[in-house]
Amino acid sequence: MALDSKTTEFKYIGTRPNRPDGLDKVTGKALYGADTFAPGMLHGVIVRSPHAHAKILKIDASKAMAMKGVKAIVTRADFASDLEGDDWDLLENVMAGDKALYDGHAVAAVAATSQLLARDAAKLIDVTYEVLPHVTNVDEAMKPDAPVIREGAANYSVPEGMHPNVVRHTEFGHGDVEAGFAQADLVLEKSYTTEAVHQGYIEPHACLAQMGADGRGELWCCTQGHWFVRRMCASLLGIETANLRVTASEIGGGFGGKTTVFIDPVALALSRKANRPVKIVMSRSDVLRATGPTASASMDIKMGMTKDGRITAASGVFRLQGGAFPQAPIETTTMCAFACYDVANVHHVGFDVMSNRPKQAAYRAPGAPMGAFAAESMIDELCRELNLDPLDVRLKNAAKEGTKASYGPTYPRIGLVETLEAAKAHPHYQAPLKDNQGRGVASGYWMNWGGETSVSLAISEDGTAQVSVGTPDIGGSRASMALMAAETLGIPYENVRVNVVDTGALGVNEPTHGSRATYATGLATIQAAREAITKLCKRAADKWGIDADAVVWEDGCAKPSGPNAGEFPPLSIGEIAAEMGSTGGPISGHFEATPNGHGGSFGTHIVDVEVDKETGHTSVVRYTVVQDAGKAIHPAYVEGQFQGGAAQGIGWALNEEYIYGSDGRLQNTVFLDYRIPVASDLPMIDTVIVEVPNPGHPYGVRGVGETGITPPLPALANAVAAATGVRLRGLPLSPPKILAALQSKSDG
Amino acid sequence: MTKIHITTTVNGDDAEFLCDPRETLLDCLRDELRLTGAKEGCGTGDCGACSVTLDGRLVCSCLVLGVEAQGKEITTIEGMADGDTLHPLQQKFIEHAALQCGICTPGILVATKALLEKNPDPTETEVRYWLAGNLCRCTGYDKIIRAVMDTAADLREAS
Repeated sequence: MALDSKTTEFKYIGTRPNRPDGLDKVTGKALYGADTFAPGMLHGVIVRSPHAHAKILKIDASKAMAMKGVKAIVTRADFASDLEGDDWDLLENVMAGDKALYDGHAVAAVAATSQLLARDAAKLIDVTYEVLPHVTNVDEAMKPDAPVIREGAANYSVPEGMHPNVVRHTEFGHGDVEAGFAQADLVLEKSYTTEAVHQGYIEPHACLAQMGADGRGELWCCTQGHWFVRRMCASLLGIETANLRVTASEIGGGFGGKTTVFIDPVALALSRKANRPVKIVMSRSDVLRATGPTASASMDIKMGMTKDGRITAASGVFRLQGGAFPQAPIETTTMCAFACYDVANVHHVGFDVMSNRPKQAAYRAPGAPMGAFAAESMIDELCRELNLDPLDVRLKNAAKEGTKASYGPTYPRIGLVETLEAAKAHPHYQAPLKDNQGRGVASGYWMNWGGETSVSLAISEDGTAQVSVGTPDIGGSRASMALMAAETLGIPYENVRVNVVDTGALGVNEPTHGSRATYATGLATIQAAREAITKLCKRAADKWGIDADAVVWEDGCAKPSGPNAGEFPPLSIGEIAAEMGSTGGPISGHFEATPNGHGGSFGTHIVDVEVDKETGHTSVVRYTVVQDAGKAIHPAYVEGQFQGGAAQGIGWALNEEYIYGSDGRLQNTVFLDYRIPVASDLPMIDTVIVEVPNPGHPYGVRGVGETGITPPLPALANAVAAATGVRLRGLPLSPPKILAALQSKSDG
Repeated sequence: MTKIHITTTVNGDDAEFLCDPRETLLDCLRDELRLTGAKEGCGTGDCGACSVTLDGRLVCSCLVLGVEAQGKEITTIEGMADGDTLHPLQQKFIEHAALQCGICTPGILVATKALLEKNPDPTETEVRYWLAGNLCRCTGYDKIIRAVMDTAADLREAS
């Protein structure tokens, strides 16, 4: 096999072996963020603002510091003072400066010899506040009389005359939307809202930090990306990046929310001050109050359609509230909203708005689900009024290879049509419905990501291989990397060990985010294996006394490429490796790059719901996910991503929301009140893996993690509309809202 | 505050620890005995990641005080396998890819073992309601439920 060719026939890829870290994870041996200890370790606790918006007038820590067992207290003064831009925002969120900007904002921290003592000491830190007016709703935050979160936060993009809380603006499109609307037989214009939701990872943020007087530090933490953590912590502490070594623990879920830092710089600052190791573990209410939820959104959509289902024009205004900092994901919301369709006339406007809420963080396809909810609900509304089949309409307008995307570029080979055709052919789509049941469909898109990647692969003396990667294994990626290495090297899956190594062992790796790990780390693993193969072939060539070009690699062995190369029995990887010390030294392969051939992934979901008209409760009775994986390396974990994305989307659609009181405090700070789907809320989630290979990956991989959360929001709303005859344009579709809508329909 | 000396049995072995009366059993297992298989996901009994059995009864160890363990028998995830032989549930969870991040897995395994001891032939609905107190954010529960049903069927066949 030539090493630059595309592979389509596989021996290991596409099989479902047991994951290498399975044993540790079913026996309780796997070590997560809170599971390590250090000699002399202190426990850190963070003091948080009870106010949504307040000036910090004074912090008096004298009583706490006088307690026996209290070893250090830090405030903003203990961090770097010369930061700008994103780093300043990050520090401002990690530890408040002059103002507390949301309920739960960190204002001080204490380290003591026990967790209980640290909690007692935190209560004795006396913070004097001057409470300011607050705003937590996106539309309210844009009004002329809204309290200003921070003067001067807006950048150049914001049009004149807007409120200072509007900090970024985007506007783009192509064609002529007014001409497009004029061609339509039906034009609808509606407004939609989605609430902020939390990633809801079951493992709260946790870390163990150790910082010496020499400015060198060690950090153990649960994160999706420890190089990101290293850079952020070094910046916030004012130390050199290479002097901090970060080790990623096993990670108990992240979904984007563990791609930034909250407690890690605080633990390092406490450790630096106390000169002892410091562990910080967040409580669940700290997680909900002070770590990144999503943005909330308020959106206006206008769309025109012909009687036969052709979309003639689409426009949208998307207002996102991302907390007390700039960075609500208006780019991805606008880019993904209409990305499924070939629309000649399209226009997007996005506003990034600040409010007194925690800093939004990435959550699975960050920004995309909101826009998809609005756009895909609108398509369903048009289909219902025009009496058209929603899958036929999507097929008629579907983007394909060569289509100019709604956000500008021309699509390479993509698989939306294939998912729509598979959904239409699925028995689910034809299955009969019972009384009070309705069926909804929706499609969704995520562009995926490549990102900085560095991987090393070393051949052991017995011909087995160890792969060092920098992307934490959040859902089976060790298995996927081992499959790709085994396939490339031609050795059994069990002969490959994949290690997630610390920041001292490889060059920069971006986090496991953007659906990039199987794509980018996988690509790097394959290329590293190919480099090792080249070296293995060279050793065989030297032994045989022939040219290295005359050696091929097949089934884990070096072989002469043909009769002209000479007659030699194959040399196995084990035979070559056994002698490598005396034939030129260790054999390894390495690859580092910022690959950008990530192929976007499209999905189409079908859902049946049953609405109880007396209680307004919605049950999901059947669910099918169809999505393009490019190539499923380990199909069981691809299915798992589809199912997990659907479940999170169902939660966002039906139950989950951040509820703020009139005092600006978060009302639902425990899992009893912030209700994520439980086992009895869901049916089995059927999956169909579509494989339209990605030309940008040697084995055709597309990222699969994120797309799955975009269709459920509109699919559920469309199904509820089908079941009840009432259209809800604000999430969540909670029982009181459905009851009120049913009531006004019967009154009306 | 003066600590209290507790004598108990954990996974069949005698164990003792000193605990503050305010400390939970979960804190004592993790911080005193260094058995970190039980996880704290919420601290309010909503997520089930800290599930253990106390004298055979399934509990959230974050809702039990450490001092309540005096004289009791505790079983944790660390006591589920028999030496190097995994419990059938543990094996099936790996084979079915019933875990992604794995943080909820110890609690779910302890809880399902308790279910199958009580009810060897549960329906899918019974499994779903039994596990309604064990949150998983990664899987959508599909592969977990299948792994439990498959294990139950195998165990019934074997008995």
